[in-house]
Amino acid sequence: MKKNGILGRFFLLLCFLFLYAPILVLVVFSFNASKSKAVWAGFTLDWYVELFHNDMILNALWVTLAVSALAAFLSTIMGTAAAIGFRNLKRRSRNVFMTINNIPLTNADIITGVSMMLLFLFGVAAFNGSLGQLLGVKWNMGFVTLLIAHITFDVPNVILSVMPKLRQLDPNIYEAAQDLGDHGFHAFRSVILPEIMPGVVNGLIIAFTLSIDDFVISYFTAGAQTQTLSMVIYSMAKKRVSPEINALSTLLFAAVVILMVIVNLRQASQERRRKMQQAALTAHS
Amino acid sequence: MKNKAISYPYVGWMGLFVVAPILIITLYAFTTDDGGFTLSNFQDMAQYTSAFGRSFLLAAIATVVCLLIGYPLAYLLARESGWLHRMANMLIMLPMWMNFLLRTYSWKFLLERHGLINTLLGLLGLGPFQMIDTQGAIVLGMVYNFLPYMVLPIFSVIEKIDPKVIEAAQDLGADSITVFRRVILPLSLPGVLSGITMVFIPSVSTFAISRLLGGSKTLLLGNLIDMQFLGSAYNPHLGSAISLVMMVIVMVCMAVMNHFGDGEEGVTL
Repeated sequence: MKKNGILGRFFLLLCFLFLYAPILVLVVFSFNASKSKAVWAGFTLDWYVELFHNDMILNALWVTLAVSALAAFLSTIMGTAAAIGFRNLKRRSRNVFMTINNIPLTNADIITGVSMMLLFLFGVAAFNGSLGQLLGVKWNMGFVTLLIAHITFDVPNVILSVMPKLRQLDPNIYEAAQDLGDHGFHAFRSVILPEIMPGVVNGLIIAFTLSIDDFVISYFTAGAQTQTLSMVIYSMAKKRVSPEINALSTLLFAAVVILMVIVNLRQASQERRRKMQQAALTAHS
Repeated sequence: MKNKAISYPYVGWMGLFVVAPILIITLYAFTTDDGGFTLSNFQDMAQYTSAFGRSFLLAAIATVVCLLIGYPLAYLLARESGWLHRMANMLIMLPMWMNFLLRTYSWKFLLERHGLINTLLGLLGLGPFQMIDTQGAIVLGMVYNFLPYMVLPIFSVIEKIDPKVIEAAQDLGADSITVFRRVILPLSLPGVLSGITMVFIPSVSTFAISRLLGGSKTLLLGNLIDMQFLGSAYNPHLGSAISLVMMVIVMVCMAVMNHFGDGEEGVTL
């Protein structure tokens, strides 16, 4: 294809300006000495210091990281197992399950959120009225319901990421492993898992990202006591976000940028090495 | 591989946490507080017709704007060679790593009466303009937040188009406009359709964007539902009815669109 002209380049520049300007504003104002908005009152690191003394924010950060890591981990295991199992089902039941699996992906978040909230309210009431009464415990919506909700919207994404890798898998290699005396889980671990690993890892990353970023579903399923970072930000943003939140987001954003740069550099150097090897091979032959 | 049993835990999970909630919300929509069957929840929705209309209108505008910006953006990025092409996916996705509420809040910051944009315009002797707390601000928030969902699928289909197909069209005498209209556009249609879905659904159901950028006066469907479940107007039965109707309308829209899309030159992916 032809290269872009000056006009195209200008359009690209405008688009990226649009995408990045608000983020730049957040980052710049996390260093602003004044709490006020559009006024620059000099450079400070105070908000970064205060951030580490703000228990509400730190607690919410902890909840967010814990629920995201747990949900990503559990849904990767359940999703990978489900994807493998689905491959062995009859076409008809597989189609039914895949349609249900797609519901959380296509439904609006708010509907997933409120419908699960109704289920949890129902479950909590049923538990407190029966078993809870016997044991003298009172259950409330909180971390557990939050985790269930996160797993529910994470698994479909893991399945979508693992499925294509399974489809590429040669069905004969598993049987070959079995013929050679490798059975059950061991055959799975030594033959299938290495082949589908990129899909599994990708699914884990997607699940973690979605969980970290989720607001709507958490908002309806976390109950009154538990708060994720997004929920803290929402309750603040209705009035005024404290600059500590700007500081925290800047730190998280910087962490992601650094991670991305490392991953990209590694990929680029791997590619270069592969190309050099290829060049060497063709030169020899 | 005969181990289909390992999918059973997830099948049970789906039954409990995907299917059951949908059944419960349907049940709630058709019942009163004491459990009797009723259609009054749907009748009560009549007072919110304007919110329905507003939500679908604003979401439609946001989707069209996303398409008008997103398609050329994806197309130009796919045509670039070198680092910009390699980094394109990452550059589009990176902003999504900043919390979406904060990014939205940042616009509030920019659009306010004494915000950055009005201050800058003031230096040029213009304004101040009322930008925050308008429906335009809500559309801007939707476009800003969901633009990547439009760009990414379009970029990935355009990128996969075999350059030989384009060369063949050129060899057959097609000029660049014809190549675009007859080759690239039809081949990129699946990306466009999934982009439209991925922008429209979160736009029509949002409540955070309208709450942060639209002030308290502009109610969208998401705000109505939020109010019925966690807000002042607590009434989960009415909230369920609104959710159900919204879900059905969205499903019908998407089905019509996908059907319409399938008819065009039989593009499949």
